[in-house]
Amino acid sequence: MTVKVASEWLNACSGCEISILDMGERLLQVLELVEFVHIPALMDHKYFGQLGDGREIEIPEAEVGIISGGVRNEEHLEVAHEMRKKCGVIIALGTCATHGGIPALSNSYDNAEILERYYRTETTDREDAYPHQGIPPLLDACYALDERIKVDIMLPGCPPHPDHIFAALAALVEGDTPVLPEKSVCDTCPTVRKGKGELKDIRRFLQAPAYTAADEPLDKMRCLLEQGMVCMGPVTRAGCGGDAVHPRCISARVPCRGCYGPVSRGGNQRLDMLNALASNGIDIRSLPENVSLLRFSGAHRQLRPKRKET
Amino acid sequence: MTQVINIQPITRIEGHASIGIELDDDGNVSDARVNVMSLRGFEKFVEGKPAEELPRIVSRICGICPWMHHLASNKAVDGCFGVTPTPTGSKLRELMQTLAHVEDKLLHFYFLAAPDFVIGPDADYAVRNVIGIAKANPELARQVVRMRFAAKMILDKFSSKTIHPVAGVPGGFSKPMTEADRKEILEKMGELMDFALFTIEFAKKEIFPKYLDAIQSVGVIRTGFIGTVDADGALNLYDGRIRLMKPDATYFEFDVGNYADHIGEHVEPYSYSKFPYARCWNEGFSMDLEDPKGIYRANTLARINVADRMATPRAQAELEEFRETFGRPAQATLLYHYARLIEEVYACERAIEILNDPEITNPDVRAEVEPKAGRGVGCVEAPRGTLIHDYSTDDNGLITRANLIVGTTHNIGPMNMSVSQAARTLIQGGRVDEGILNTIEMAVRAYDP
Repeated sequence: MTVKVASEWLNACSGCEISILDMGERLLQVLELVEFVHIPALMDHKYFGQLGDGREIEIPEAEVGIISGGVRNEEHLEVAHEMRKKCGVIIALGTCATHGGIPALSNSYDNAEILERYYRTETTDREDAYPHQGIPPLLDACYALDERIKVDIMLPGCPPHPDHIFAALAALVEGDTPVLPEKSVCDTCPTVRKGKGELKDIRRFLQAPAYTAADEPLDKMRCLLEQGMVCMGPVTRAGCGGDAVHPRCISARVPCRGCYGPVSRGGNQRLDMLNALASNGIDIRSLPENVSLLRFSGAHRQLRPKRKET
Repeated sequence: MTQVINIQPITRIEGHASIGIELDDDGNVSDARVNVMSLRGFEKFVEGKPAEELPRIVSRICGICPWMHHLASNKAVDGCFGVTPTPTGSKLRELMQTLAHVEDKLLHFYFLAAPDFVIGPDADYAVRNVIGIAKANPELARQVVRMRFAAKMILDKFSSKTIHPVAGVPGGFSKPMTEADRKEILEKMGELMDFALFTIEFAKKEIFPKYLDAIQSVGVIRTGFIGTVDADGALNLYDGRIRLMKPDATYFEFDVGNYADHIGEHVEPYSYSKFPYARCWNEGFSMDLEDPKGIYRANTLARINVADRMATPRAQAELEEFRETFGRPAQATLLYHYARLIEEVYACERAIEILNDPEITNPDVRAEVEPKAGRGVGCVEAPRGTLIHDYSTDDNGLITRANLIVGTTHNIGPMNMSVSQAARTLIQGGRVDEGILNTIEMAVRAYDP
């Protein structure tokens, strides 16, 4: 008995879909348990019928609907509604779907500013009108999926780790609710923390952190935040390392930037981080700017055009 | 009354696009175009961000080729901050980029394109996909899944994060390679090299001969080409000068820093994506099938057309065989697939070459950088074409201006032309079926957009 799955990507980069493929040989196992009825990345099912003569977007019915990407234009919105109508359970796959992701950085600007820049670069031939024929108009902002349709399961990550995609699909096939990490990145990070330090300023990530040798294990390296670098680990949901647990960026000797979104559903990564720094006596004015602390979670009206903020 | 056919979405490609075809009263094609449906606005929203953060932001332009954006961005930031990466830092970057090409070509050939050739362009869509291949040929499918995964996991294990990588940093690379890493990767590369050779032999014997008619007809257009070459005129994926070739095979080269003197971007009302063209040819922009103006193509076929030779022996032998049959420049659109497999052989050979460089395990992987005002143009050959990131920074090293020319976009004009050509040839007297519409999509898929 297989479970029917429909999969869609909206304001997304396809990294989540590639992460599905990165299940490796488990993918072949999954293909025995699920039957894909619609997945534009891999399969030629069309919205308007196979002869392209339909009038409305139509997606086949499925027990599980997987949607990556936020909602940025009218086509995304229509597809999201059709998926909600046809699918029993909707999974928001990846941080764009759960919190807007990187593309929601556009929420700091209105559409006119975005279009003005894109169609007026130094290499672009000037046209009087922006493109508008046969393409979906932009919505006023980039929305997380749950701002526009009801979502049943949130699977954040940029991208979500294949271990968790596999676990979620396996649970749904069994009729169970997937169990996903709920701690912070710091809770799963093995680097050495010595507690409150003498740190007054925070540094940009311009030099390598201190560690002794290429093969020095992570649990011998001092916490990157305690080394004075912005690391979003305290305010970011764990899970990027999958079942191997170690946070990915820290393993590359690079600080976390928050790609799993806030630890708790409604958290604000910028405010939480600024609070964490300030409460440790760090001068937050030493940060060059702070919008990029919200780079993964700018939907839910966390980022807005400047004029409207005042 | 005119009939409208909406192929939406175009499937087994990376982005969001559709094809619109209009038929006249006689059922012949009066218009056919590719609509690119999405706009995200990276050029705007990176403004004001610390430049050193950009390699980890712009990678999200593409989840299939994040290494390309990550590294072009790192090069651009190096330029803004006036830093030269350490030699080993550069080599590690190139190794990662080359391995990403190895993985990407397997993904495109087997997962996205092969269903049209292995299952057949007219087959039911329910089986004309990688899942159908897995059922029809489980042994090959298992091997394909395993080899693509092996390539991906080399990147994943060494760099810690490969979908949206973080290990490239302004000034070089974030971590050195140990001798143990090197040996392990080299061993896996042997297997991938064998698989690359198997794949091109398999395609030359079992696939391409069956589709000679399609290769010579579907989506065929006549254009110029763009790609990166080294000082000896050999194809280079990571660094070099840009060579722009006219349809008559004459060419000239320029430094990527001067790209704006040579490339313009045209705007059409039906596509969010812009249409790069050769502004320096001074003939304007036209997608007229008989007499195109300013149109060149990027990506695999373009790179092997502009290059005098391949820098590695097995790829060179493949290029010679290819040229003997198809000439230079080869124009048939479906040959992109063949060219892709030649590049796969090159990428495997090149990765092994880099791994055998004694400098690769040098721990000096990262030069110190200081934020400052400047301008940098970074370029790499992404699987989908020549990728250009151009940034300017203020005194504090924050981005003041960014201009991006993304690989896929070079081919938006050519894709429109190939679709138009295919639609006009295949749809006549109102006769349309699923196989015909899919064959028109194959003209897009060849470009791997």
